[in-house]
Amino acid sequence: MANVFAFVETRGGEVRKVGLEAVTAARMLADQTGGGEVHALLLGPAGIAGKAAQVGQHGADVVIVVENPSLANYNPEAATATAADRIKAGGYRAAIFTTSAQGRDLAPRVAARLGVSAVTDVLSFEVQGDKIVVRHPMNIGKVIATISISATPAIIAMRPNVIAPAQNPRAGRVESAQPAADPNSTRVKVLETRQGSRDKLDLAEAPVVVAGGRGLKAAENFKLVEDLASAFGNAAVGATRAVTDDGWRPHADQIGQTGRLVSPELYVAVGISGAVQHLAGMRTSKTIVAINKDKDAPIFKVADYGIVGDVFEVVPALTEAVREAKKHH
Amino acid sequence: MKLAVCVKRVPDMDVRFKIGADNASVDEAGLKFDLNDFDAWAVEAALQLKDKNAGSEVTVISLGPDVVQETIRKALSMGADRGVHLKADKVPFDGFALASALASELKPGGYDLILFGKMSPDSANGVVGQMVAELLDLPCVSAISSLEIANGKGTAKRELEGAQEIVEFSMPAVLTVDEGLNTARLPSLKGIMAAKKKPLESKPAQLPQPQLTVLKLELPPERKAGRIVGEGSAAVPELVKLLQTEAKVL
Repeated sequence: MANVFAFVETRGGEVRKVGLEAVTAARMLADQTGGGEVHALLLGPAGIAGKAAQVGQHGADVVIVVENPSLANYNPEAATATAADRIKAGGYRAAIFTTSAQGRDLAPRVAARLGVSAVTDVLSFEVQGDKIVVRHPMNIGKVIATISISATPAIIAMRPNVIAPAQNPRAGRVESAQPAADPNSTRVKVLETRQGSRDKLDLAEAPVVVAGGRGLKAAENFKLVEDLASAFGNAAVGATRAVTDDGWRPHADQIGQTGRLVSPELYVAVGISGAVQHLAGMRTSKTIVAINKDKDAPIFKVADYGIVGDVFEVVPALTEAVREAKKHH
Repeated sequence: MKLAVCVKRVPDMDVRFKIGADNASVDEAGLKFDLNDFDAWAVEAALQLKDKNAGSEVTVISLGPDVVQETIRKALSMGADRGVHLKADKVPFDGFALASALASELKPGGYDLILFGKMSPDSANGVVGQMVAELLDLPCVSAISSLEIANGKGTAKRELEGAQEIVEFSMPAVLTVDEGLNTARLPSLKGIMAAKKKPLESKPAQLPQPQLTVLKLELPPERKAGRIVGEGSAAVPELVKLLQTEAKVL
């Protein structure tokens, strides 16, 4: 029986879905050890304490709440110091983070401060005696490693979307705390978080991803992809590296080896040939649909369903059909 | 400015990997190796700062067996000034062990900026730069896609999920580089010739005991072969039906 720590990622005063995934993962790990407690750390501006109940609902026995006006944006130094102090004081078997932009920054810092290693992008974990064994994709997902962590605490950053946030109500006893480092330090200061459009789903979190490639021929034709995404209603828009390199879409939209990794329920590849660099970012999607005029395009080797044809003809028809299908639900 | 860039030699990913006889490493036979892309962008960032700040020096550091000297030479041929090879039989997976060895080399260096690629595609863990920053107690901004330095202060942009962060930092500092920051220059013939004469020091890496052990490597299951539903928009109704009844995603 061992206690497990979870870092609850927030943005703009809201708990992110990946934050609840971390709590759920910590609950699963604590239960695997025979039922320890989950202690979750919630950092944010005034009002973040109001989110503690939500964290308790997902399996936290204790929610450590740190409210400070300087925590409205991500504050790497204060977050690192506070998490590291709490983990050290709590004697946890493991600490769960998220492999998001924030978690990728934070987890290794906290680990190094504690003098231990960290594994990111973790797909699954298992307690085996005095070790925690995790699975982690390597070589752009072409190899899966099973890694044994001998250090305590084991610092684990979960891949988004592999563990769904689950209701598992616990006490969620709130404990107020102060930041362990001056949140107004100017060594590293996030001046601003520029939020993209609020109603836009993030690539890593969207159940459906519609992505476009060079086959769209020009930046303005991405409207076809956007229209299809909006017909689904729960879709995010992505792009290939060729497209982001040409400036048709921002780099942040790039799915692939050097860009974002996604594994949605449904991935629709529009005018994408399926270069290795792109496949690396989406091959773990549950269902893949490809629309391409070249029947020999490598994308058809990974696609569950393919349509060979002109994207300018097929995609508007598909958009219309999806809109119809959604209407009848 | 005194600039350091830590780089890694990585295999080309455009292949079907084979697992080695020990079941815990990738069979390297037939693989092509090169400087990690993210690290090349970090080298480029350092060289651009050197171009703007007369009297700057760029040091390139890599840990691994003797072959990593080729990777260091590549960075030297791009325009870096000197190389440091931290000799080890192999590059451990454990990012904390790597960070510890790099930090002990970097600590006495008095660098204004220490740059890393944000990750390497082979181990795909992305922790070393941030860990080095902690071990050296330096400010750190990870995964930057823009960078401006003025009056001993820096400003960088980070891509988040559906948002961007604008981050200000004091120097000295550690930065890790994302795609989009720049396009790496190719070594010129003159650069390649010059690199042969640039200093490259080799010394044993001070690696601590690893805390992570790779127990086994496996190839993920192949996706089962899909099917072509049909041609042109005539195939759309069938596709929608399959998405509803078979894949159950619509």
